[in-house]
Amino acid sequence: MNILTKVKMGLLMFSLLALLSSCSSNGDSSTQASGNNGSTIAISGSTSVGPLAEKLAAKYSEQDNANIEINQIGSSAGITNAINGVSEIGMSSRDLKEEEQASGLQEVVIAYDGIVVVTHPTNQVKNLTLEQVKQIFTGEVTNWKELGGDDMEIVVVSREDGSGSRDAFQEIVDYSSGELVKSSIIASGNGNIKTTVANNKHAVGFISFEYIDETISTIDINGVKATAENVLEQNYKLSRPFLFVYKEGKLTDAGQNFIDFILSEDGQRIAAEAGAIPVK
Amino acid sequence: MSIQTNSVEIGKANKRKYFLEKVSSRVFLICALLSVISLLLIIGFVFYKGSHPFLVEGYSFIDFIFGTDWVPSEDKFGIFPMIVASIFATIGALIIGVPVGLFTAIFLAEIASKRLAKIISPAIQLLAGIPSVLYGVFGLAIIVPFLQNTFGLAKGQSLLAVILVLAIMMLPTIVTVAETAIRAVPNTYREGSLALGVSQIGTIFKVVVPAAKSGIMTAIVLGLGRAIGETMAVILVAGNSLIVPTSLTDSVRPLTTNIALEMGYAAGTHQEMLFATGIVLFSFILILNFVLAKISAKGGN
Repeated sequence: MNILTKVKMGLLMFSLLALLSSCSSNGDSSTQASGNNGSTIAISGSTSVGPLAEKLAAKYSEQDNANIEINQIGSSAGITNAINGVSEIGMSSRDLKEEEQASGLQEVVIAYDGIVVVTHPTNQVKNLTLEQVKQIFTGEVTNWKELGGDDMEIVVVSREDGSGSRDAFQEIVDYSSGELVKSSIIASGNGNIKTTVANNKHAVGFISFEYIDETISTIDINGVKATAENVLEQNYKLSRPFLFVYKEGKLTDAGQNFIDFILSEDGQRIAAEAGAIPVK
Repeated sequence: MSIQTNSVEIGKANKRKYFLEKVSSRVFLICALLSVISLLLIIGFVFYKGSHPFLVEGYSFIDFIFGTDWVPSEDKFGIFPMIVASIFATIGALIIGVPVGLFTAIFLAEIASKRLAKIISPAIQLLAGIPSVLYGVFGLAIIVPFLQNTFGLAKGQSLLAVILVLAIMMLPTIVTVAETAIRAVPNTYREGSLALGVSQIGTIFKVVVPAAKSGIMTAIVLGLGRAIGETMAVILVAGNSLIVPTSLTDSVRPLTTNIALEMGYAAGTHQEMLFATGIVLFSFILILNFVLAKISAKGGN
């Protein structure tokens, strides 16, 4: 008798729990719906801009009741979405192509991102041209001696295929994934590249500006130092803009407010904290 | 009348009992099915995703297996370098791990005093419990620089580093299983051999080890399975280069690390090809399990 009631009670509790959970999930979606008020800002695009946009959106929704949905699906897909009107705003970590500009897209630079070529601190080579960087990563140059350094083999360290930073780096330096020297070490993530380079005096790799510290040595490109100022003055070549793009005339007030917030002092400070280079 | 009510009550009690029996057996059945269902779901999902490019998108499976170029952004998917890397790394780990593991097992079961065995055994068990990523960190911090400095290499991330890490990782599996097998050999075998005047070491290698053969083979296959499926430790020390290794100092990318490395950013066909890599890996494990079943069946006889 006792056990039976226990079993029954158990079943009852279980069904109650199930009911409750279904209720709460219902409640969730309804509150979300009411919070919308038809002012959802749909944003999609670059996985490099995404994390920054998420941080900005989190801060923005504290002061404004807007609902911002961010989908990180890659620059090209985000731009297409903005053109088709699937998303109100597209995020891009590369400049717009001509045909994309022709379809009536407006672009706003919300921040810049810098990529820096790094080596072991003991490496004598401190300055390279973009062409030399290309020769290193495509395996045309295999010894530091040829670049004015010590006589030792070059060990290339790259990010994995599909990484946004790798795409951007390859686009600017102008080589394809197929041309990347085959024996290169592939490391996942900026931190991993930094550790690998910091522990190997032969190594050369590339990382985002935010990861620069004293364990690695940074390389000047065409004699220009990798600093935020040089990126803003467009002297430093290994940089890319973080863009918000939208179809002309299709931007809602909520969307405009969000962009205004990003370009405000507060927004730019958040961008700087997130490791990007503020526009102002 | 009273007898009737009594039997009715007994009937009621029985009914309750049978009901409970039924319920609990169902609960056990569901638990048992859960693992089978998980297995089927995983196999189904991996094969569904992984076979899609070959069945629907017209990629050739032969090119996939024997292609030497893996450039997902240029639509080139060949995993031959990774298959070779996985096989080389596993064989290398076996060459180092099996003798060391087997000798350790023999030492613990046959030679060491009980007190010494009591110290060493838990240490080996503990080795099995260390999270694999820590092996990787150890490999990256100790083995990789060691190889680089000792052999004057440009980079220490290499097939050799992978082999060393895997050999250490498979030790606990080999030692514990082989030790159990050796201990299971009846004492009469040893006594008979010793009585005939054979030395202790002679007894071990001529009598005990052959008698425990199937158990030791099981130990080796289990260690093999551990080596071929290992990911996190390998990803840190392999270097992950896309070349068919021709020397121990080449950096390599085994099948497992290919999946772990690129899954984060992969989409579309690229992602499906990573699942296809999983199918190949799965086939390796399946073959190993088949071999294992054969060995245990033989041991049973």
